[in-house]
Amino acid sequence: MTIRRLLVANRGEIARRVFATCRQLGIETVAVHSDADADAPFVREADYAVRLPGDAPSETYLRGDLIVAAAKSSGADAIHPGYGFLSENAEFAAQVTDAGITWVGPRPETIASMGSKIEAKALMRAAGVPTLDIDVDNVADDAFPLLVKAAFGGGGRGMRVVRARDQLTGELEAARDEARSAFGDDTVFVEPYLPTARHVEVQVLADQHGTCWVVGERDCSIQRRHQKVVEEAPAPNLPDSVRDRLFDAARKAVGAVDYVGAGTVEFLVQGESVYFLEMNTRLQVEHPVTECVTDTDLVAGQLTVAEGGALPERDFAPNGHAIEVRLYAEDPAHGWAPQTGTVESFDFPAAAARFSRLDRPGLRLDSAVESGSTVSIHYDPMLAKVIVWGPTREAATRMLSDALRRGRVHGVLTNAAVLRSILTDEEFVAGRVHTSLLDERIDQWIESAVAPDAGQAVTAAALADATAAQRSRRVQQRIPAAWRNVRSKDQTRTYLLGEDEVTVAYRSIGGRLAPADEALTAERVDADGVRLRSGDVQSAYRVGRIDDTTHVDGPHGAVDLALVPRFVDPQEAVASGSLLAPMPGVVTAVSAAVGDSVTAGAPLLVLEAMKMQHSITAPTDGVVSELPVSVGSQVTAGAVLAVIDENDSAE
Amino acid sequence: MTVIRSTIDPNSPAYLANREAMLERVADLDVQQAKALAGGGEKYVDRHRKRGKLLARERIELLLDRDSAFLELSTLAAWGSDFPVGGNVVTGIGVVEGTECLIVANDPTSRGGASNPSTLKKSGRAAQIAAENNLPTINLVESGGADLPTQKEIFIPGGAGFRNLTRASAARRPTVSLVFGNSTAGGAYIPGMSDYTVMVKGGAKVFLAGPPLVKMATGEDSDDESLGGAEMHARQSGLADYLASDELDAIRIGRSIIRRLNWQKQGLVPATDYADPVLDAEELLGLVPSDPKEPFDPREVIGRIVDGSDFDEFKPLYGSSLVTGWANLHGHPIGILANAQGVLFSEEAQKAAQFIQLANQIDTPLLFLHNTTGYMVGKEYEQRGIIKHGAQMINAVSNSTVPHLSVVIGSSYGAGNYGMSGRAYDPRFMFSWVNAKSAVMGAAQLAGVISIVSRASAEKKGVPFDEDADAQMRELVEKQIEAESTSYVISGMLYDDGVIDPRDTRTVLGICLSAINTTAIRGAEGFGVFRL
Repeated sequence: MTIRRLLVANRGEIARRVFATCRQLGIETVAVHSDADADAPFVREADYAVRLPGDAPSETYLRGDLIVAAAKSSGADAIHPGYGFLSENAEFAAQVTDAGITWVGPRPETIASMGSKIEAKALMRAAGVPTLDIDVDNVADDAFPLLVKAAFGGGGRGMRVVRARDQLTGELEAARDEARSAFGDDTVFVEPYLPTARHVEVQVLADQHGTCWVVGERDCSIQRRHQKVVEEAPAPNLPDSVRDRLFDAARKAVGAVDYVGAGTVEFLVQGESVYFLEMNTRLQVEHPVTECVTDTDLVAGQLTVAEGGALPERDFAPNGHAIEVRLYAEDPAHGWAPQTGTVESFDFPAAAARFSRLDRPGLRLDSAVESGSTVSIHYDPMLAKVIVWGPTREAATRMLSDALRRGRVHGVLTNAAVLRSILTDEEFVAGRVHTSLLDERIDQWIESAVAPDAGQAVTAAALADATAAQRSRRVQQRIPAAWRNVRSKDQTRTYLLGEDEVTVAYRSIGGRLAPADEALTAERVDADGVRLRSGDVQSAYRVGRIDDTTHVDGPHGAVDLALVPRFVDPQEAVASGSLLAPMPGVVTAVSAAVGDSVTAGAPLLVLEAMKMQHSITAPTDGVVSELPVSVGSQVTAGAVLAVIDENDSAE
Repeated sequence: MTVIRSTIDPNSPAYLANREAMLERVADLDVQQAKALAGGGEKYVDRHRKRGKLLARERIELLLDRDSAFLELSTLAAWGSDFPVGGNVVTGIGVVEGTECLIVANDPTSRGGASNPSTLKKSGRAAQIAAENNLPTINLVESGGADLPTQKEIFIPGGAGFRNLTRASAARRPTVSLVFGNSTAGGAYIPGMSDYTVMVKGGAKVFLAGPPLVKMATGEDSDDESLGGAEMHARQSGLADYLASDELDAIRIGRSIIRRLNWQKQGLVPATDYADPVLDAEELLGLVPSDPKEPFDPREVIGRIVDGSDFDEFKPLYGSSLVTGWANLHGHPIGILANAQGVLFSEEAQKAAQFIQLANQIDTPLLFLHNTTGYMVGKEYEQRGIIKHGAQMINAVSNSTVPHLSVVIGSSYGAGNYGMSGRAYDPRFMFSWVNAKSAVMGAAQLAGVISIVSRASAEKKGVPFDEDADAQMRELVEKQIEAESTSYVISGMLYDDGVIDPRDTRTVLGICLSAINTTAIRGAEGFGVFRL
């Protein structure tokens, strides 16, 4: 059956990715969107769009009934689920099929059987694929450390490492609680914990006629708390014998469930041993690296299979090397706090392709956002997948690091600098990757991610901003900025760089702005760019600004600086002792009231953000003098949650 | 459009020597200005800071729009007198909320910010600038009042300060007082006469008489706060319109007051697409001969201060000792009169009189670049009517109503100073380069005249002329006059608005022209009788 109009039951970059292939194939596109996403690029790009009222995923992208209704009302004849949300929901797949709509994915039964990791492992064991198992009721003393997982979990959630027997009961209990609330099923199981193993997965695509493509493997060992951060294809330093075993096991997995569609079989690789972890019955986030090295359009393949078409026999020997990093709106230096707000600029000048195959080595950008997009608190803050395809791993690594450096992303903080630290880490460069590498080295990576020229970038911002301020004045626009005939002190500007206040001093000398720091010379100063010289080396900085935020793009990447106002209206000043929301979220519990005496460390309230529960505690002994939030309050980052009056504590 | 071509050779020994000499003078200017910047010295500055207070210039810096320019005026007031350099007060033109304002800030670290005769002159001059150019005035008040030892010189004329404030208000020229500290007795009328008054909580002290005097006068026991505290004035007397929580807050409120004035300039706000000078301002340092008797071509100066170095000369072939012509400076059209060979002859005087009338016909400000030894003397010139012709020029200058800017770039001697719109002719602004000299005549000439007169007197009386005493006298007088003619002394007497680095000329004039254009420019409808 030919697909003519396809609805993507998803959002962000994956919706755009599927639409891109649809446009190439001549298929009309339908987006569904929440209210928060009404102006998102994926909605604008779709031929048709159907609103799903509300913002929360539970009201929108997880409402299978509304999505099927949307498909009907929009005349869509097929639904692609993307990844996440309903993509591995067998019930939804069945609903779609029952409604006479083509489901771009495996059969509901397959999704169900692979949905339970316990069942999936049993199936694989039966098919002769090695698995990791510990009987949860009969754990040997030498089994620690071990890993507790939720049977229906995913994306790293519901996983716990247990290092000693005395923790086991408690951790099992906690894992069950979490699994119940997150996945609606409290089944958990236990596996040996192999911290230095690699995560290698095999991409498969099978049609209804018995053809199964084993498209190749990806290494996704660079993970933060079991969430993938860097993915690459092919897996580096993987012996052919191991690769053959992985491919063989993947074929067996497909055969065991008579799999149809695109899927990923995930393995742990420890030395020569391979262990089946789980099978994902959907397209993976990291599918583009496979597309790059095999010159394949996996979405097109999915559509062919969904239409009942036959996959041609072909060879998937990898050509070159591809690496993907997930660019997130988050602040690695402050607990990876998710960032929200307007992405004032989003530009990767090197991108040669977007959502589609590269015809020569270069940069591919699959982004959820464009300049001006907003990142809301409701969804995953991934901005984009930045993918490179190069002739070798070494070349690809270098290209990707450079592309991140040249990326002009402003308005929200990102993990770009940390990603660059990873890409230049000697263990990563050597291909000696394993799933604990990131957790082992992340502090070092975060530290080295601080741009070594942050001081220069801030200086450039100050000089350019001073020039811009003078140029935009009502009078004296071309009188030199900050000019003094009698100079008593330097001019200063103070910026917030992350949470740090940085003050730059400068002066007008001979009608030109000059940094007070005599190690630096301003060679050129314009409102939109500054060239600074340190010793005999000049560095160029592009500077832009929106309201009181200055965006600097320099040799070490992008920096956002918020100008600290000189004056604060006393009425607007934040009272000392105020506790501010570290990130946007929803207040889920309040355990104090105005007038309560609290001791330092006492929990005051709980803020849920990005599915994480953040306990807000009293920083000092004192009395709660203000508590402007209650359970259910939606707060933005920086909002006052409570004020503790320290002086009252003695009373 | 005529772009001035420079003929100076920046590698010539003369240029390099000139530059060296000028740089020394510029460095010395910094030294002299540092005296004003030091206020009352380290001890008093430290004490002031320990009270959590900002210095006068720090208050100004915060008051100004970020990164706007500030033209400080009369920095060297009282130079060469017994009073502290700077006159215990800082004045200048700055931009606050996009509005050019005249700012006056007492320097409380210097003799408590008390008013002495030089303070009076300096703030009087500031008030005149505000009045002539229609600039709102912001007073940053913290002054101990009158400098009592000099009361006889300041008590009577000092009243003008308060009168100036209310006349400003009557002329719908806003006045704002931010009171940071003492403003007592007569000083209380500064906030009292201002349109808007802001007082700093715990800092402002505004009363006619303090507790001791009140006790003496009426027997009443009182304290500073109840007599003149900021809270009292904000809540009870109503003298304070705004109560500021601290100094920074007072400045914030002061800025918001200016923003709400909705001040509109009535003059020209030029388009900003004009060209910078083609010639390098840095070279101004090397083109003035270190010997003041050696003339230099003012076109080399003009070419380094006007837009695009573009100067259309008027009457270039006539009266060539005075250069006249049209140019733009920071987008403002101006007419320029500049001495070329020092001496003003009849032709130059008549040319100037005509040119000044032309500028008045087209409402165009005039810039006078002084380097003159005065009008030509001698039989031939007297007989040909040099007085009449000089009088024509002085008539034109005196009755011209377009704004005049005067810059002494060399010497300004004798009636030349008058004809070129010296201080007595009320130019809107007047500045001196560091090398400038102004006097009734050159020191050597003056000493020589005295010598000749006394020799003649001796001869007449038939007494022998003491040559040694004469030589000694000549040397002494020459030294004294030389010292009295320097730009520092002239500036110290408030006979100009400041001594400047030649390289700053364009910027200084640009700010002045912009400030001038707060009011509309209107040329004279008529002049006095031109004696022909």
